Amino acid sequence: MTAVMGTPMLRKEDGKLLTGEGKFVDDIHVPGELWMGMVRSPHAKATITSIDASGALAMPGVQAVHTGPDLADMGLWIAPLPCAWPVTPDMLNPPHFPVASGEVHHVGEIVAVVLADSRYGAADAIDEVVVHYDSLPAAASVAEARDGDVLAHSDLDTNKAYHWPLVPDPDALDAAFAGADVVVAADFVQQRLIPTAMEPRGVLAVPSPHGGDITLYSATQVPHILKVMAAATTGIPENQIRIIAPAVGGGFGAKLNINPDEILALTLANKLGRAVRWTESRSEAAGSTHQGRGQLQHIELAADSNGKLQGVRVHVDADMGAYMMLITPGVPLLGSFLYTGVYDVPAFGFTCDGYFTNMTPTDAYRGAGRPEASYAIERAMDLLALEVGVGPDEIRRRNYINGGEAFENHEAASTLVFDSGHYGPSLDRALEMADYEGLRAEQSRRREAGDKVQLGIGMCTYVEICGLAPSRALGGLGYGAGGWEHATVRMLPTGKVEVVSGSTPHGQGHETAWSQIIADKMGVSPHDVTVLHSDTAMSPLGLDTYGSRSLAVGGVAIAMAADKVVEKARLIAAHQFEAAPEDVQFENGSFSVAGSPSSSVHIQELGFAAFAAHDLPDGIEPNLQEQVSFDPPNFAFPFGTHVAVVEVDEDTGGVKLTGYFAVDDCGNQVNPLIVEGQVHGGIVQGAAQALFEEAAYDDEGNITNPSLMDYLVPSTMEMPSMKLDSTTTPSTTNPLGVKGVGEAGTIGSAAAVINAVCDALSPHGISDLEMPASPQRVWNAINRASGNGEGGAS
Amino acid sequence: MKLTLTVNGTTHTSEVEPRTLLVHHLRDNLGLTGTNIGCDTSSCGACTVHFEGQSVKSCTMLAVQADGGEITTIEGLADQAQQAGISTGDQDWHPMQEAFHQCHGLQCGYCTPGMVMAATSLLEENPDADEGGVREGLEGNLCRCTGYHNIVKAVLQAKGGA
Amino acid sequence: MIPAPVEYTRAGSAEEAISLLTEHGDEAKLLAGGHSLLPMMKLRLATPAQLIDVGRLDELRYINADNGEVAIGALTRHTELEHSDVLADACPLLKHVASLVGDPSVRHRGTLGGTLAHADPASDLPAAVLALGGTLVAQGPNGRREIAATDFFASYFESVLAADELLVEVRVPSGGGGWNYQKFNRRAQDWAIVGVAVADGGKGIALVNMGATPLRATAVEAALAGGASAAEAAAVAAEGTSPVEDGNADATYRKHLARVLTERALNAAG
Repeated sequence: MTAVMGTPMLRKEDGKLLTGEGKFVDDIHVPGELWMGMVRSPHAKATITSIDASGALAMPGVQAVHTGPDLADMGLWIAPLPCAWPVTPDMLNPPHFPVASGEVHHVGEIVAVVLADSRYGAADAIDEVVVHYDSLPAAASVAEARDGDVLAHSDLDTNKAYHWPLVPDPDALDAAFAGADVVVAADFVQQRLIPTAMEPRGVLAVPSPHGGDITLYSATQVPHILKVMAAATTGIPENQIRIIAPAVGGGFGAKLNINPDEILALTLANKLGRAVRWTESRSEAAGSTHQGRGQLQHIELAADSNGKLQGVRVHVDADMGAYMMLITPGVPLLGSFLYTGVYDVPAFGFTCDGYFTNMTPTDAYRGAGRPEASYAIERAMDLLALEVGVGPDEIRRRNYINGGEAFENHEAASTLVFDSGHYGPSLDRALEMADYEGLRAEQSRRREAGDKVQLGIGMCTYVEICGLAPSRALGGLGYGAGGWEHATVRMLPTGKVEVVSGSTPHGQGHETAWSQIIADKMGVSPHDVTVLHSDTAMSPLGLDTYGSRSLAVGGVAIAMAADKVVEKARLIAAHQFEAAPEDVQFENGSFSVAGSPSSSVHIQELGFAAFAAHDLPDGIEPNLQEQVSFDPPNFAFPFGTHVAVVEVDEDTGGVKLTGYFAVDDCGNQVNPLIVEGQVHGGIVQGAAQALFEEAAYDDEGNITNPSLMDYLVPSTMEMPSMKLDSTTTPSTTNPLGVKGVGEAGTIGSAAAVINAVCDALSPHGISDLEMPASPQRVWNAINRASGNGEGGAS
Repeated sequence: MKLTLTVNGTTHTSEVEPRTLLVHHLRDNLGLTGTNIGCDTSSCGACTVHFEGQSVKSCTMLAVQADGGEITTIEGLADQAQQAGISTGDQDWHPMQEAFHQCHGLQCGYCTPGMVMAATSLLEENPDADEGGVREGLEGNLCRCTGYHNIVKAVLQAKGGA
Repeated sequence: MIPAPVEYTRAGSAEEAISLLTEHGDEAKLLAGGHSLLPMMKLRLATPAQLIDVGRLDELRYINADNGEVAIGALTRHTELEHSDVLADACPLLKHVASLVGDPSVRHRGTLGGTLAHADPASDLPAAVLALGGTLVAQGPNGRREIAATDFFASYFESVLAADELLVEVRVPSGGGGWNYQKFNRRAQDWAIVGVAVADGGKGIALVNMGATPLRATAVEAALAGGASAAEAAAVAAEGTSPVEDGNADATYRKHLARVLTERALNAAG
């Protein structure tokens, strides 16, 4: 049997999704269900002075309207919505309940919930709830919050939630800067982004009043974490809560929270004994689902005259938004270790201040902290290249860890140990694919000809941290849970294999990838494998899918559990052969005794023997089922080089991404097709941050572009075809040698694209542009650089 | 008011409020939940179905506007192809569905029904579409997973195979 | 996002539509393709009590070229303009501009009359009709009247149509000199940040999204008539405009774009 792992097997998931058979939350209905409608604050900060629900209550089909104080009186919860990551012992964490009482802190915060007997009825009733507010000045940007003149929460005396330092050796850092020939300092803005999974979030809570349990269907990435947190928040015993994440239409981090709607549906259904549901509308989502990024970054590089780095110093002011949600405060920390990038940097220091603002809470969005870090170091390296007078490729080569050659277990100045890397070849290959020399020649030609459409080439060699996470490391960072993953593998009596996965897909293709792992480990057809997941009744143990952890933690757990099944089966085979287990070999799914290959038994045939249990060796329990909780000893550190090519129309400021070349290394690959798909999508999300997307808030804290008409998720027309390749540097962290790839594209692409735009504009003396590099911003920058009066503001 | 629609070859007569959006009628009243909703502003195309043979965004039509008309949703696409004499293979998939599978043109699958319906409509309208034509034809359908690369590849493959 | 409750009547003829309009007054909205009205209703920015569906009035779906003029029924869909052989010969500007509206699914539903009556200054087709020096035919209780495109647009989302009038036909001259349309936006499916339509070799030039209505670039037209080069004429493209400021562009930048795009359109039109 040839290997299945490493081949581009077509996805098992596709059939139902291609035919409309896939069931997302809004596709599932139960009789008697009630629809929640959320009455949301139109103010970023205000005092609620009155709520009159009489108009809504008089409408046919409206069952109830609940305000924050009502719900508190009803005793539906025992704790506020959880933050699992108190990054410092003194971190401020104002209570965040599903429905506001007294003061609201962001546009879109729920002030009352309507229960009606239809989708349309709930929408109508919202309009008939009359809420009066006294509007208050709002902290409508992180800079304003830092200034502190306006408080995001009236009952706090500061907006600063925490200060978190990572300065392993302050003296060395100071010395590095004191002795540097060149210091480059830069400030970057990581604008807020709306994650925009194509499926809006939704919930359906189905109680069983006489059975004593309750099932919550939610469009979530984290059913297991939701179950624990829902129990801790509501007081409903954890063993009575079942969470099901049915087909989930993308997540990108936005579905890894514990949301007001989830807790409301669960508790109201439990209280009323009727099913309760809600489906988010897209325009509502800007206030009902957390956003991503939102950082002001300051980075300084110290280098010698050749551009060899001596030290990196970073400070981040991070926008928490109105509340601490599940891992809000920790997102900048996830990036903190990566501000030295792929470079050999002797001294490093990072500090972060988290600030409350009166905007939608932030939390994880594809890459969560790492795209921000990669952006800062990779933009700053281009600035260093300009300062030193070398090309962007050369400045990188001069600084790669181990000179760009292969390495294992490199201890970075941030204190993390990079498992493995080999940075030189990815740059070489990316430049070769892009025809770098040819592009530079074309760029020179256009510059000399004075073309109005100039060419820019940008590159980024990134490294990221994935495979979250060693539980001890998380504990050291103050995170409230572990980072293991659980897997069960069982051989059914008829020889089919069931895999129970604790990691929870929402588009990635776990069913396919896990089947490939099992196929290789157990010598069965991948089509004989079924993967059970995303339902806490089927898969009671798990820590879900985020941080590019599924394969590097969950997939490894599956491989290890499969190995254990094989070992148990070996004992049964040996018993049947009347041979010693150590004499029984396992190849392509079959056991045989060394030296007598004619008698053999396939592992699928042993399923029934283990099930019938008529003749098992002494001390061996019936059934072929094994489980593993794998806690990785370290993170995994994927890397790669991306090259972006842009055309900039200097008359209009319009930027067109015309070419994209990426060489990624995620260690051993289970399914190259899935890897490529992840990279494609990741690249586009990062490029979208670079050129298109920004959650835009006005001075009053109103979001001005909540719909997809104004929030510019790019289409086919704005994005190019991409050319991808990969290198393979196995991880030393796990026995499969795998890393993760779900976020890599996003981590590499924003910097590559902006580096390209700045490269195109460099003849004007322009060395930086704020994201998104909109046509107006680009035109303003050109104007400013030409000393033209027009276009002063960016 | 009374509404008669022929959806995937079956005629349904229903009583609906005039304001009922076609997509809600298909999903909530007829149980055809393959057609999805991704936005409120006709921007994303997740709700794309065929009305009288052309792609339309079913979130931007009242059900009553389609009264008496014929609609095809993702659930009926393969049957329609079969009736037109197009081979739907072992899986009973329209060639476009097969091409999306072969080219890994879907990940989470939420935009997929709308994308497939838009793609079949675009090839109907522009059978010789090259990559640029395919990209133009899909400009009203947003996907967050694939970066479009493999979707465009799939449509070009389906065109070649049709 | 769900529209508020509304009554719905499908008009069987233009006359019936007009009589329903007369009956319901301000409470009523005409529904053609619905691609401007329904999104506003879903966001509850529009809450008409009565919809009068004119979308099935097939007698108002035609494209006829005759006597140096193209007459187009108001309910002709964008997709029909986009694929019209008649327009390819008689008025390629209109055909081309129609192909750039929204996306294909939007074009399958949207109508020429609907987009004109909606009077969105950011829309493509109103500016094209304006540049072409088109004539709009409105029908009311007292019969039909002709309105020059230059007189048709009153303000943001407002035309001079009376509450009981239905736009029934659009006439544009056929033939004419070089033409071009420049649409500048960030995503292909979006409205133009600025657009410029040039008809008949520069005798008619109209600007998209440069004020409360689509605007004729009269200063440019005059400069060209006076013998100015494309570059010289384009330099005055923003004269008399007062464009909106939004997340995509401030007024200064829009004026700049108007000049750049006008020059490009004039050069391309030849």
